[in-house]
Amino acid sequence: MSAVQETASDAPAVEAVPKRAMTLGTGTSLVVLALLIAAPLFVKNFVIFQMTMLLVYGLAVLALNILTGGSGQFSLGQSAFYAVGAYTSAILMEHFGMNYALTLPVAGLICFVFGFLFGQPALRLSGVYLALATFALATAMPQLLKLGYFEYWTGGVQGLVVTKPDAPFGLPISQDMWLYYFTLVITIAIYIFSVNLLKSRSGRAFMAIRDNEIAASAMGIDVALYKTLAFGVSAGITGVAGGLGAIAVQFVAPDGYTITLAISLFLGMVVGGVGWLPGSIIGSAFIIFVPNIAEGISKGLSGAVFGVILFLVIFLVPHGARQVAMVAQHMLGKLKKR
Amino acid sequence: MLSRPVFPAAAFAAAIITLASTTGAAFAQKKYDTGATDTEIKIGNIMPYSGPASAYGVIGKTEAAYFNKINAEGGINGRKITFISYDDGYSPPKAVEQARKLVESDEVLLIFNPLGTPSNTAIQKYMNARKVPQLFVATGATKWNDPKDFPWTMGWQPSYQSEARIYAKYLMKEAPNARISVLYQNDDFGKDYLKGLKDGLGAKASMIIAEESYETSEPTIDNHIVKLRASGADAFISITTPKFAAQAIKKLAEIEWRPLHIVSNVSASVGSVIKPAGFENSQGVLSAAYAKDGADPQWDNDPGMKKFFAFLEKYDPEANKLDGSVVYGYGAAQTMVKVLQLCGDNLTRENVMKQAASLKNFAPDTLLPGVSINTSPTDFAPIEQLQMMRFKGEKWDLFGDIISGELSN
Repeated sequence: MSAVQETASDAPAVEAVPKRAMTLGTGTSLVVLALLIAAPLFVKNFVIFQMTMLLVYGLAVLALNILTGGSGQFSLGQSAFYAVGAYTSAILMEHFGMNYALTLPVAGLICFVFGFLFGQPALRLSGVYLALATFALATAMPQLLKLGYFEYWTGGVQGLVVTKPDAPFGLPISQDMWLYYFTLVITIAIYIFSVNLLKSRSGRAFMAIRDNEIAASAMGIDVALYKTLAFGVSAGITGVAGGLGAIAVQFVAPDGYTITLAISLFLGMVVGGVGWLPGSIIGSAFIIFVPNIAEGISKGLSGAVFGVILFLVIFLVPHGARQVAMVAQHMLGKLKKR
Repeated sequence: MLSRPVFPAAAFAAAIITLASTTGAAFAQKKYDTGATDTEIKIGNIMPYSGPASAYGVIGKTEAAYFNKINAEGGINGRKITFISYDDGYSPPKAVEQARKLVESDEVLLIFNPLGTPSNTAIQKYMNARKVPQLFVATGATKWNDPKDFPWTMGWQPSYQSEARIYAKYLMKEAPNARISVLYQNDDFGKDYLKGLKDGLGAKASMIIAEESYETSEPTIDNHIVKLRASGADAFISITTPKFAAQAIKKLAEIEWRPLHIVSNVSASVGSVIKPAGFENSQGVLSAAYAKDGADPQWDNDPGMKKFFAFLEKYDPEANKLDGSVVYGYGAAQTMVKVLQLCGDNLTRENVMKQAASLKNFAPDTLLPGVSINTSPTDFAPIEQLQMMRFKGEKWDLFGDIISGELSN
């Protein structure tokens, strides 16, 4: 027992990531951006839909990355915030006829408050215990959504069907393509916000807490405030992702937001590289496409194949996509010197 | 079968072509939509091969095996079936992704027997907007019979509500003074069922004196059963999935509570429920069925079931014939093949729906004698009949007439 407690309280849960290493260089960012903008013009609507989901899950992974990579707190409860965001958007659109774009800030705000409040009791917990508390939140959420008391609003176990928005101003593009660009703009905005947040005073406070709580509070950082704030921001972004996801999928139901989703997001963060924001999109790609690949290899053993792939990734590149990027950068640097 | 003959002459020609094509003449005019060609029919499917409902993945495997059998025997009117089945892990967002992949990337003619109420609800709007048949969905929810709003979606098995109404009818007739207790699973299945029961009892819904719900994540339901017993009920309706139905039967025997016990059809399998719960504990339990049970020796010499067993032996030797899902997949796949045969050389999506909506007295090998599939342009509920049965010895004894649970509204 004592050993467990030691590991839980002792070593920093997350390896320190230097601030500058959290983002991509300008050149690389522009190339990625150009790819993201141009790609939909050449592919089928179905692939555009997958790319939209890639951005949506990417946002959710990014949110978790701010929480874990930034402030060093674990969460297995992101699916709960995602669900709240998704349901907020769906209910506002279907029951109140609100414009889809306007529902997103509301979803984000509600989730921010929800996350901030949940952060209060979570303050007393750290490491694996915090992970367990958030796990409880994730397992409770689908049942809460089924509760008869809310059934009029949530549609109970049957869920809610959401109408997909058309492109505005009579633009001659498909619904899928419009939704993709809409999601892309929001994703970029949130990405820039997140990068700046982590570079700011608050971001430095997050990281100080992550590296050493006692030292941080000795430096005059309000540890309680910044920890809950990190939870709030993370929940808020997850909420926006949930709202976008609901619009893209056109349906919300309790079964869509189980603990499996929370674990997937966690997985995405680790594979993308904890604390490396651009890795979020790679982590998201992993959780969307790798199960499909695994299924393609063997239908009956898709879970096992997925496990093997995951094992290989963790074994070969324990720091995820960040490590790959670093190695690539290093090799490029060598080439330039020659 | 041309769908819209313009001139009387064309109509006449069409009639001749129809006649001719049924006799196998080669000059029939062929019409195709995406997913069908002279040599191939592409059928999509979505199943939870992983995740909480992965036990149902057997259905998809059985269907794949059945289509292999059809292909080995020469296909449908010379066309081979390509069956593309994807995993959605019982997650609605994943189901949407897979449905879109099937329709837009694999370009299937239709999606057949996708499983799960949440997953089917998630893709229903998309399928109907795209006008791609979402045929014979594998869920008992009542809402699939809605040809007016969703002309491209059709169910297959009897709806939970119609089954529950049959129990209500039985209770009102045989035990009008019963004090009913209900244990139901807290999801779409349980709630739909409970509604059917209450609607069926109508003005006498007050016969239900106690209700308890459980979550599939609970390890045991013992405490719910003790509570229901304490309510003083003398009838117990178990709206449960197999694992919990078996637990309930065992617990009832353990606490020596012997109410009139009804188990929902999804959990009437001898192999996966009754046997694990113990034959001696299951005596007198009531249920209703529409399909034959592969574990029941009374069907060993039934011609339909003989065909079924022969199929398993040759094309799906790993399958467990005691598993109700195997019987289910066989029956559903057989219905699909029947519809495609009826389509002849007109393999348009519109014609597929038209043929699916004009099945008359079609009886797959695995349905109970007397139960048959009937559909019409206003009736998208293929199987609506069930028969009550009581467990006796080591098998179910069917009794009473085949009852139709057709919903009046």
